[in-house]
Amino acid sequence: MRDLKEIQLAMQPPMVEGDHDFGTVSDKIGDVTLKKRTPFHWFIGFGIAFIVAQLLMMTVTTLLARGIGIWGNNQPVGWAFDIINFVWWIGIGHAGTLISAILLLLNQKWRTSINRFAEAMTLFAVACAAMFPLLHTGRPWLAAYWLFPYPNTMGIWPQFRSPLIWDVFAVSTYATISLLFWYVGLIPDLATLRDRAKNKYFKFLYGIFSWGWRGSARHWHRYEIAYLILAGISTPLVLSVHSIVSFDFAVSQLPGWHATIFPPYFVAGAIFAGFAMVLILCIPLRVWYGMKDFITDTHLIYMGKVMLATGLIVVYGYAMEAFFGWYSASQYEQFMIYNRAISGPYWYMYWLLLLCNGASIQLLWFKRFRESPFWLFIISLIVSVGMWLERFVIIVTSLNRDFLPSSWAMYSPTMFDWTMFIGTIGFFFTLIYLFVRFLPIISIFEVRTLLPQANVHGRPQDFDESVLAIEETYDRTDPPNK
Amino acid sequence: MKENLYGLLAEFDTPTELVDAANSVREAGYKRTDAFSPFPIHEIDEALGIKRSILPVLIFFGGLTGTLLGVSLQVFVHYIDYPLNIGGRPYLSWLSFVPPAYELTILLAGFTAVFGMLFLNGLPRPYHPLFNVPRFALATREKFFLLVEASDPKYSYDETRAMLEGLDAQEVFDVPE
Repeated sequence: MRDLKEIQLAMQPPMVEGDHDFGTVSDKIGDVTLKKRTPFHWFIGFGIAFIVAQLLMMTVTTLLARGIGIWGNNQPVGWAFDIINFVWWIGIGHAGTLISAILLLLNQKWRTSINRFAEAMTLFAVACAAMFPLLHTGRPWLAAYWLFPYPNTMGIWPQFRSPLIWDVFAVSTYATISLLFWYVGLIPDLATLRDRAKNKYFKFLYGIFSWGWRGSARHWHRYEIAYLILAGISTPLVLSVHSIVSFDFAVSQLPGWHATIFPPYFVAGAIFAGFAMVLILCIPLRVWYGMKDFITDTHLIYMGKVMLATGLIVVYGYAMEAFFGWYSASQYEQFMIYNRAISGPYWYMYWLLLLCNGASIQLLWFKRFRESPFWLFIISLIVSVGMWLERFVIIVTSLNRDFLPSSWAMYSPTMFDWTMFIGTIGFFFTLIYLFVRFLPIISIFEVRTLLPQANVHGRPQDFDESVLAIEETYDRTDPPNK
Repeated sequence: MKENLYGLLAEFDTPTELVDAANSVREAGYKRTDAFSPFPIHEIDEALGIKRSILPVLIFFGGLTGTLLGVSLQVFVHYIDYPLNIGGRPYLSWLSFVPPAYELTILLAGFTAVFGMLFLNGLPRPYHPLFNVPRFALATREKFFLLVEASDPKYSYDETRAMLEGLDAQEVFDVPE
């Protein structure tokens, strides 16, 4: 019997390590926010992030005062850093929804300890992403009637046949649903913190935001229905959001944008970039806050595998783009690929992109790299850079050499392009640091369900475990169906 | 016999004890009961006789409202209120109306799921008689509780208390109104 158990362990490693019960799980996660002194490195990290975020404030102020001419956008490169960064950030967000919704529907228990901060990451990434198109309008306070359909005195409406307006609906729905999903998951944990907080003010605040949750069976019943259906509707939502983002390009006529492969290729790229960001966040987090019992090495290995799989889909996308360019027999499409990879002014960006997104992830085939948090962290950083380069290659190299050579022009970012981009990274990490300080970074009530004590009558909850239990009652030498 | 009680609350150590106790309480004929646990326990629904919630139906109609809203908004804008002839293309180009209608479906279904759940649960409710029992704070941490309300037709202080104590409860608390 023992060998079967070993196989079982290898197939389904435990998702919570160490000796825990319901109380210690609650304390270990809850005390990070409630009891422990805020560690010194938190102040350093938060301080740096907050200072970097000021670059964003400075850029936005200048932009509102002087207009979007402070950016390097020109004709024909009318979309540059603003849209690159928009797509980059929104793509990062997608891993959070994938982890919280799709993996929930697929009954992947390893999502449980990473879903909370992956969802927070989604929320903050979408906030960063939304800033770019909004500020690209130059006068965001006027953008309301360009973007949202409301009866205004001018009697005009947005154009619903435009992918840009689809994008408005997709991204605002995505932001709202992500917020709701995240908040619903937080309610029982906020109640835990409320009942445990000693500080009067924190107790009051957690009490208000947990809405008086008391863990009633009738409440849990509806709660689980709502949570599952939210997961069910978030799944098509997340796939639609990046598909619609890709329509911004694919619906246009420009060679390099006008490609049918864009929606799946963009969705895979988004998940790829998002898992890289989850790894970048959780590898230091689990060490700093001693969460290795909940975010185990198994979690990191699984995420590495997802990164490898989605990365390969993305590489397939690059291959297909090149193939379509040649196979289309259109001189513009052929020129686009030739220009992108060999003759164009940004050719090195393309090869850098293949190096970052194509070559670097091949290391993940090897156990040595997959099982080393250090290498996973390095590869994730490289992938994040690579995914940014991908959007640069798609947007800038396609725009700057289009149909008519007389309209060709070079693009180079200005200082304000860089400060805005770097500023949003600071803003993102500022929010992440605040989240880590004030809210439970791991879903406490879901981790409780992972413990063996949570099974009523010791009934195993997993199919594989129940198979094991059945097999244990029979002699394995028995012929089947006896 | 005590007056002005909201009900009686029994504390248990494990989910299994809670489910067994809930089964006994239901079989004894109590209707106005509830259980409290730090995480969802699926077996408890059957043990307490909780009926399936109407929430999914509400969510379906929430989503349907979103679809109809999205379609009618776009048809109104591009077909009735402000038709634009662009290269002779049809005014009722329904294919391009799909993405906004789709997103609105999901948006309204999501709103219905969350706010419908909170509404049916009677939340927000910052005060509840149960919070008068100090040990009840552990319901969000590691302990399991079973409540029999005083408004239950079968309730009588002494009998109900004796029954709950007979169910291996750690302790039985009076819940003041």
